[in-house]
Amino acid sequence: MTLLRVENLQKSFGSLNVTRDVTLDVQAGEKHVIIGPNGAGKTSLINQIGGQMMPDSGRVLIDGVDATRLAPEQRARLGLGRTFQKNTLFQRLSVFENVRLGVQARFGNSFDLAQKADSRTDVNARAREVLDLLRLTALAERRVASISYGDQRQLEIAVALAGDPRILLLDEPTSGLSPAETGQLIEIIRSLPARLGILMIEHDMEVVFSLADHITVLYYGEVLASDKPEAVAVNERVREVYLGASI
Amino acid sequence: MSVPRVDPLPTRIPGRKPLVGEFAFFVIALAWPFLVGSYGTGLITETLIFAIAAMSLDLLMGYGGLVSFGHAAFFGVGAYALALSGVKLGLNPWAGILIAVVTSAVAALVIGYFCVRVSGVAFFMLTLAFGQLLYSGAVKWRGITGGSDGVGGFARPQLAGVSLDDPMYMYFACLLAFALSLWLLRRIIGSQFGHALVGLRENETRMRALGYSTDRLKLCAFVISGMFAGFSGALYAIYNSFISPDALSFAQSGMFLLMVVLGGVGSLVGPAIGAAVFLLMKQFVSSHTEHWLLIVGLVFICCVMFFRSGIYGFLKQWRERGARA
Amino acid sequence: MDLVVSQLLNGLVYGLLLFLLASGLSLIFGLMGVVNLAHGSFFMLGAFIGLSVVRYTGSFWWALVLAPIPVALIAAAIEVVFLRHLYKRDRTDQVLLTFGLSFVFTDLVEWGWGKDTFSLSEPESLENSLQFLGGYFPQYRLAIVVFGLAVALFLWLLIEKTRVGAMVRAGIDDTRTAMGIGLNVPLILTTTFASGAALAGLAGVVAGPILGVYSGVDVEVLIPAFIVIVIGGMGSLKGAFVGSLLIGIADTFGKAYMPEASMFLIYAAMIIVLLARPNGLFGQAGSQ
Repeated sequence: MTLLRVENLQKSFGSLNVTRDVTLDVQAGEKHVIIGPNGAGKTSLINQIGGQMMPDSGRVLIDGVDATRLAPEQRARLGLGRTFQKNTLFQRLSVFENVRLGVQARFGNSFDLAQKADSRTDVNARAREVLDLLRLTALAERRVASISYGDQRQLEIAVALAGDPRILLLDEPTSGLSPAETGQLIEIIRSLPARLGILMIEHDMEVVFSLADHITVLYYGEVLASDKPEAVAVNERVREVYLGASI
Repeated sequence: MSVPRVDPLPTRIPGRKPLVGEFAFFVIALAWPFLVGSYGTGLITETLIFAIAAMSLDLLMGYGGLVSFGHAAFFGVGAYALALSGVKLGLNPWAGILIAVVTSAVAALVIGYFCVRVSGVAFFMLTLAFGQLLYSGAVKWRGITGGSDGVGGFARPQLAGVSLDDPMYMYFACLLAFALSLWLLRRIIGSQFGHALVGLRENETRMRALGYSTDRLKLCAFVISGMFAGFSGALYAIYNSFISPDALSFAQSGMFLLMVVLGGVGSLVGPAIGAAVFLLMKQFVSSHTEHWLLIVGLVFICCVMFFRSGIYGFLKQWRERGARA
Repeated sequence: MDLVVSQLLNGLVYGLLLFLLASGLSLIFGLMGVVNLAHGSFFMLGAFIGLSVVRYTGSFWWALVLAPIPVALIAAAIEVVFLRHLYKRDRTDQVLLTFGLSFVFTDLVEWGWGKDTFSLSEPESLENSLQFLGGYFPQYRLAIVVFGLAVALFLWLLIEKTRVGAMVRAGIDDTRTAMGIGLNVPLILTTTFASGAALAGLAGVVAGPILGVYSGVDVEVLIPAFIVIVIGGMGSLKGAFVGSLLIGIADTFGKAYMPEASMFLIYAAMIIVLLARPNGLFGQAGSQ
């Protein structure tokens, strides 16, 4: 089933077209990777899907619901989770607390003023589960600001996952990571719930081709190609754009 | 304006284990009126009343990251609600306190509804504007509020058979009110709402991306904060048997802000300490020199420049350093 | 009819006084991002120093020229000693600092001159009234209008047409880039703060004969100045000008015809503008 659909999305800033008639969709269980040179408008596209930016025209459908004009929090409630290119975490809180907040959003009650948060064992238990999944359990009590960049990147995914989203947007999850950390992250992404739909931006071609079920190539805001990885790899126009790149 | 820098910051939200210091505080607090005369008792009574208002501002500012320059609005609304319910409607002060809390909650709901829609400098300006709006209302609406003459002449109530006219009983009543407020605010901060509020302060973008209704969270914090401020205002009106528009002034809002920063933003107990230090300093300084404003200004500047975590933060760091040595 | 005209003139006078004050406030915010709660204090200092200059020299003109100088120097000192260290911190800290400073200044002024209300007399040459448009208008007030417009023109030319102005505008638009192309941003910041303060001090002297000189005048003028720049747009000179005239005229007419409601309405107007356009009528988005 189609968890996310973007239809004819259009966005410009003055004379600068960042998104030109972009259409794509993400199925349940699919890992859909967006690639493209710098300035292709990848993050702008993700921001329009996430709600941090509003398109000029076109539609964003989350699980069939028209979410084009909805605020980020409303989209999250429809089952959308996302990570950011720059770590968007609660730096001064603990790793555990970061994930716990992600869980509370979906499974807790944020207007409960009386009951101690700690007594919500279901929320706490789920937070620990997510930490385990992302191999961050050992760091649970550490302040985010004190853990390594690679671990923060993993935490970024953990937090997004905490609310049990159905569709996950990952904005360059491996950026700034060492090869070892990248390898670990690929494994983690592979081990994520099977029914999750993932739309991710990625630059590292090895990561792209080891994970992708479907690739969309973005070039100056336009979709250059959108197909299975094997087809994209031999696509003439894509090769032109990525002259010299190892496809 | 975004989040004020608060160090040290708890990674766990406080509210779990009371400090030893707190027990000591309450022991002293209970013994106090027997140690000093009625003047000293009155001074501490006033301190307790303002401490409640300062703590309520800390909820908004320290835990929510929302810096309001109009907190006196709710303090004043509560005070006037109590005063007018007594003078104009003839209600007893207990009903008056209830009315004060409800009225300030409504005021906070209305004002907050508008304020949470903007952020940064606009939020700060808007809270200032609303504060001034209410202040000008209190001054100009002579028919109801008595204008700059204020409202007075209502007696203190009875509590459990004793009259609060006796400074000692008034003191204990306010001590009870303070303890209750502290306990409630602690619980709120330790609740899921409190955790969400801190998350909001730390990274609003992330909170929204997770699905939190940040506007509603802010509004809720605003209302709760306003309610406690109104409660404090009502107590203030009872204590003085008088209320004037000064309680709503820009200066009063500034004083609350001062108490919070002086005591330690984001620590709840800190602002209570800040209120105490502020008022005691005022008393002490005023009796020795005319230059109270200069002293308080310099102390405040010192705080902002060098002791950003306030008295409480400083004491905590000192204790931690001592523990390590 | 001539009542309306005289109220219009009064509104213009008040508006231009506000402009002198608000222009500095707006520039300080636009370039430095600082919400200067001590701006009223600079106004007050200027007025008191002007008072002393008049007492000492007997000349209002000397007060006009000399009073802003110490105010500017004090402001420069504040920027270098205190404010500069707070730029990398949260904006709240800057506001709180200027707030604390306002207390200090109020006390110092009371210490130096006392708690009374003093009068600053207008210059002898402008003591009379001029007759035109069917009414008598005090020369001094007319002079304020001329002076205020002249300052507005001067500021506009300075900011829009000169290299200095271009540097200031560059600094407002993008501080990092401005530094990147070699502009001495710290110097620009200190100078801007000092200039804004000097303008405020100047306003204090000019307003002296009209508003009086007393230690509470700083709050009296600070709030209207903030209303002006909120409505006009923080960081915009044009906004400060338009906003000042609007508020000046509205406040004057309000006090004349609806004294009970005027204050209330002005705050309501400020709130409405803040909600509809958080950046004011002419403000730039992102000046926060």
